[in-house]
Amino acid sequence: MISSAIIPQPLARLPWRLIFLVMAICSIGLITLYSAAGGSASPWALKQALTILFFFAVAVGMSWIPENFIKQMTFPAYVVILILLIVVEMIGFVGKGAQRWVDLGFIRLQPSEFMKPAMVLVLARFYDLLPVGDVHRWRGLWPAAALVLVPFSLIIVQPDLGTATMVLLSGLTVMFIAGLPMWYFLSAAGAAAVAGPILFATMHEYQRKRVFTFLDPESDPLGAGYHISQSKIAIGSGGIWGKGYLNGSQSHLDYLPEGHTDFVFATMVEEWGLVGGALLILAFLLVVRWGMKVSRHAQTRFGQLAAAGLSMTIFFYFAVNLMMVMGLAPVVGIPLPLVSFGGSAVMTVMLCLGVLMSLERQQRTRSTFS
Amino acid sequence: MSAGRLTGAQLSTTFSRRMMIVGGAQAALGAALVARLGYLSITQNKHYQLLSENNRVQLIVVPPRRGWLIDRYGKPIAINRSDFRVDIIPEQLERPTETLRLLARLLDLPTDDVDRIVKELRAAKGYRPVQVAENVPYDQYAAITVRLPEMPGVQPMRGFSRFYPTGPAVGHLVGYVGAASAKEYEEEKNPLLITPGFKIGKEGLEKTLEQKLRGQPGGQRVELTARAKLVRELEPKPDRSGATVQLSIDIGLQEFAARRLGEESGSVTVIDCLTGDILCLASMPAYDPNSFSDGIGRTEWSMLANDERRPLVNKTLSALYPPGSTIKPMGALAILKAGVDPDETIYCPGGYRLGNRFFRCLGRHGTVNMRRAIAKSCNTYFYAMGHRIGYDAIAPMAKRLGLGEKFDLPVVSQSYGTVPDSAWKLRRYAQNKRLIERPDWTASDTLNASIGQGYLIVNPLQLAVMSARIASGRDVQPRLVGRSDKPAPLLGIPQEHLDAVRGGMWEVVNGDGTAGASRITLPGIEMGGKTGTAQVRKITGGQRGQSGIWKYRDHGLFVCFAPTANPRFAASVVIEHGLGGARAAAPVAKDVLTFLFDKPLALASLATFEAQWGGTLAERTARRQAQIEATAKAVAGLSG
Repeated sequence: MISSAIIPQPLARLPWRLIFLVMAICSIGLITLYSAAGGSASPWALKQALTILFFFAVAVGMSWIPENFIKQMTFPAYVVILILLIVVEMIGFVGKGAQRWVDLGFIRLQPSEFMKPAMVLVLARFYDLLPVGDVHRWRGLWPAAALVLVPFSLIIVQPDLGTATMVLLSGLTVMFIAGLPMWYFLSAAGAAAVAGPILFATMHEYQRKRVFTFLDPESDPLGAGYHISQSKIAIGSGGIWGKGYLNGSQSHLDYLPEGHTDFVFATMVEEWGLVGGALLILAFLLVVRWGMKVSRHAQTRFGQLAAAGLSMTIFFYFAVNLMMVMGLAPVVGIPLPLVSFGGSAVMTVMLCLGVLMSLERQQRTRSTFS
Repeated sequence: MSAGRLTGAQLSTTFSRRMMIVGGAQAALGAALVARLGYLSITQNKHYQLLSENNRVQLIVVPPRRGWLIDRYGKPIAINRSDFRVDIIPEQLERPTETLRLLARLLDLPTDDVDRIVKELRAAKGYRPVQVAENVPYDQYAAITVRLPEMPGVQPMRGFSRFYPTGPAVGHLVGYVGAASAKEYEEEKNPLLITPGFKIGKEGLEKTLEQKLRGQPGGQRVELTARAKLVRELEPKPDRSGATVQLSIDIGLQEFAARRLGEESGSVTVIDCLTGDILCLASMPAYDPNSFSDGIGRTEWSMLANDERRPLVNKTLSALYPPGSTIKPMGALAILKAGVDPDETIYCPGGYRLGNRFFRCLGRHGTVNMRRAIAKSCNTYFYAMGHRIGYDAIAPMAKRLGLGEKFDLPVVSQSYGTVPDSAWKLRRYAQNKRLIERPDWTASDTLNASIGQGYLIVNPLQLAVMSARIASGRDVQPRLVGRSDKPAPLLGIPQEHLDAVRGGMWEVVNGDGTAGASRITLPGIEMGGKTGTAQVRKITGGQRGQSGIWKYRDHGLFVCFAPTANPRFAASVVIEHGLGGARAAAPVAKDVLTFLFDKPLALASLATFEAQWGGTLAERTARRQAQIEATAKAVAGLSG
C-alpha cells in the first residue's frame, strides 16, 4: 500500500496491488488488440481502452458502497435480472430465434452477464440470513438450489451453454464454501457422471458438434474443428519467446478466427510465446488470490461467501476461456475477460472487482475502528 | 447429521478447510493451464510451426518444361514450342460477366468454352488459375494484352506446347500429350496435374517415359491470408525441366520411311542387326500428334476412328499378320537343324499331295534345292520338308528367332501373336468338338504353317527381329531408348546353316528370285530378302485376293537385310492389302535401305513418288487438316 503524506487519504486507501495487476492485464489486452488489428488502434484497441476506463472507474467508485447497502440491494437486483431473463426469453420466442439481450435502444443489455455476480451475491445473502443450525438441513439446500437452477435453466434454453455453466459453477462454489454437507457434492458429481450422456442426447446439434470437435478437433480441420486447430497452431508455433510483436502470421493473415475476441489468448501467445502466456495466467491467478484473501479476512459471513464466490467467478471466466483456446474444453464462446474485445465481460469482471474492493475497504475500516 | 446442531465454530472450521480446497483447486488448474501451454509451445512447437508455415506460404505452381525426345544423332523428335495462353486468377477477377464477354469476343471463344470457364470459376478459389484458352494466336494475345487494364484478373502468359517436327511420321512411336483426366489425377493426387496448361503423356513413349520427361514444378511462393489475399511475394522456387531422352531411332530414316509408305496402310521396321537398336518404327497412316497436343476436335477423332486404314493403330507392334512366305528362311534353318542336306532336291509339279488334298504352289518350279526354293518361294519344297520333320521341330526355331516373343520395350502395348505347335493346339482347342480346328495337330496344319499361313501370326517388329537374327546370327534384342555399341551375343546357329539360308535370300533379290525388281542400285551394296504374301480371308472360288475390294486383298510383306557381305541393317515392310510382297513391300524396303547408304538417291526416288501422290507428307497432312476443319465447321453449323 502506498502511503505518503503527499498522496491524499482516499487515493492512498485504494487497493493498489490489485489495481496494478488489473492494469497490467488490461494493457496486455490492449497491446494484443492493437496487433490483432494489424498494428492499429482502431477498430478495437482504442474503443476497448475507453470501455475499460469507464468500467474501472465504476468499479473503483463501487468500492465506497457500504456492505449493508449491497446486502439490501441483492435480492431486488436478483429479481430484476430474473425478470429481464424471462423478457429476453419471450422476445426470443416471438422473434423465433436465439435471443440473449434486451435492446434498450442505446445499449444492448445481456441479463445473463449480470446474473454471474448476482448469483454469487444472492446465495451469499441467503446463507448469511440462514441460521447456522439450518445449514445441514433441507431448508439450507432447496431455496439455494432454486435460486441457482431457475436462472440456470433460463440461460441454458437461450441457448448459452457457456454462461449457464459458469453461473452454475459459481453458485455451487458459494454453496460449497457455505458448508453444505460434503456428500451433497459427491453425490451430485456422481449424478452428473450418469446424467452426462442423457444431457448429450438433449443437446442442440451445434452443441453436440462442439463436443465432438473438442474430443477430436483434427478430424475436421476445415469444418467445425477449424477454430480449435488454428488456435493450437497459433499457440504452438509461438514457441518459448513468440514470433515477436506484430509478427503473428496466424492472426495477421486471418487464419485464426475470432483472434480479437474469444481467441485473443492465441493471438497474444503467438507473438509473446510461452513467457507472455504464462505471465498473463500468473497475473490472473494473483487477482484471484487477492479476492480469496479478501474472503478469508472478511468479518461477516456475507463478506466471506461473496468474496470467495466473486473470485471464483473471475477464475472460471479466464480458466474456461484458456481451456477452450488450448483445446482442453469444448468451444463454448466465453471471452477472456479484460483482454478480449467486447464490453460485457469487462463489465462483469469489473462489477465483481468493485464489490470485492468494497468488501476489502470495509474490512480495513472495521479492523481500524472497532 | 445426527450429532446435534451445527455451531458457529464448527462452520468456521469448515469454511477455512473448504477455502483451502477451493484455493488448491484453483492453483492446480492454473498449473495445468501453464503445463498445457508449455506442452503446446515447447514439445509440439516444431509440429505447429510447420502447420503455421503451411498456412502462411503457398506455391503458385509453374509447370516444368517437358524433356525433349531426341534421336540417335541428337536431332529433335519431340520438343517444346513457346505459345501464348490466357488464364484467369479467380481471386483478382472483379467484374466476371463483363470480363468473360470481352474475352469471348476477343478470343472468338465458342459457347462450350465459355460454359466450361464459368463452371470452373464457380468451383475455383484463391490463386489457382482457370484456363481461358491456350495456343492463342499472337494478334489475339496482343489484343488481350492491350485491354488488360479493363480486365483485372486476366493473365495472358507465355507457355509451352509440345511440338513434333516430323508430325505423323512419329505419331504411333511417341504418342502424344494432353491434359490429365480426372481419373489420372485421382490416381496420382499431384496438384501439378490440374495446373492449367500442364500436359502429361497419353500414348506411346510420351506415356511410358512420363516420369523421366516430366521434371519438377517450381513456382512463385507467396504469403496469403486465409481469404487468399496476396500479402507479399517470397523468393520463387525454381522449376527443373524434365530430362532429355535419347532414342535409338534415326529420325531421318523414320521420316523417310513414313513418307515412302505414301498413301499405303502399312509399316516399316528397321533395326541394327548387331546391337538391336530400333532405327525406324514407322506406321502409316498415322494421326498427327501435334493436333492431339493442341486438343483434338470431335470430328477429327471420329474421322480417325472410322478410317479403314486404322490411323490410330500402331501397325509395327499392335497389328498381327500371317507372315506368309517371309518365314521360309526361318523354316529352312529348322530343316537344316533337323539334319536335311541343303542340296537335297524336291520336285515341284505345282503343288503337294497330302492324302486326298492337293496343296498348291505358286508355280511349277521343277527340281529345287533349298536355295532355289527360297529364291523362287517354292511352297512344294517347304510342304514336303515341313511334313518330313514335323512342325514341332520348326516352332522352336520360330521362337528362337523372335516370332511370338514379347520384347522388353517401353511401349504401351504390343500384340505378340502366335507360334503354334501341337501342345498349343491341344490347349487352344481342347474344348472344341467341331471337326475342323480339332485339338490334335494335323499334317495339314504343318503344311499351312510351313508357308506362313494357318495359325501362325506375328507382328512386323518380330519379322524384323527374325530377319536381324538370321542376318547376324546373334540373339538381337530390340531396343528403343539410348544407343548401344555392343553387339548382341551369338545365337549358336552353325555358320554353314546361316550361309545356306542367306544365300537363298541373296538370290531372292539379286538372282532370278521373286524380288528381282527391287535390287539396290548402289555399287557394292546388296540386299538379301524374302517376299511374302498373306491371305486376308479364305480363298473362295477362283478369287485369290489379287483383286476386288481393298480390304479383302492380300497383304504384301518383305523382310530383308543389307549389306549381304557384312549385314548391318535388317528390316521388315508390311503393306496392308498391297496384293503381294514383291509388288508392294520390296520396293519400299529397297528405298528405305538405300536411304541408309545414299540419302540423295533415295530422296530423289521419293520425290518422284510424292509428285504422283499429290505432295509431300507435310503438304498432304496440312490438306487433310484443312479438310477436317471444314467438316467440323459444317457439323457445328448443322447442330448450331
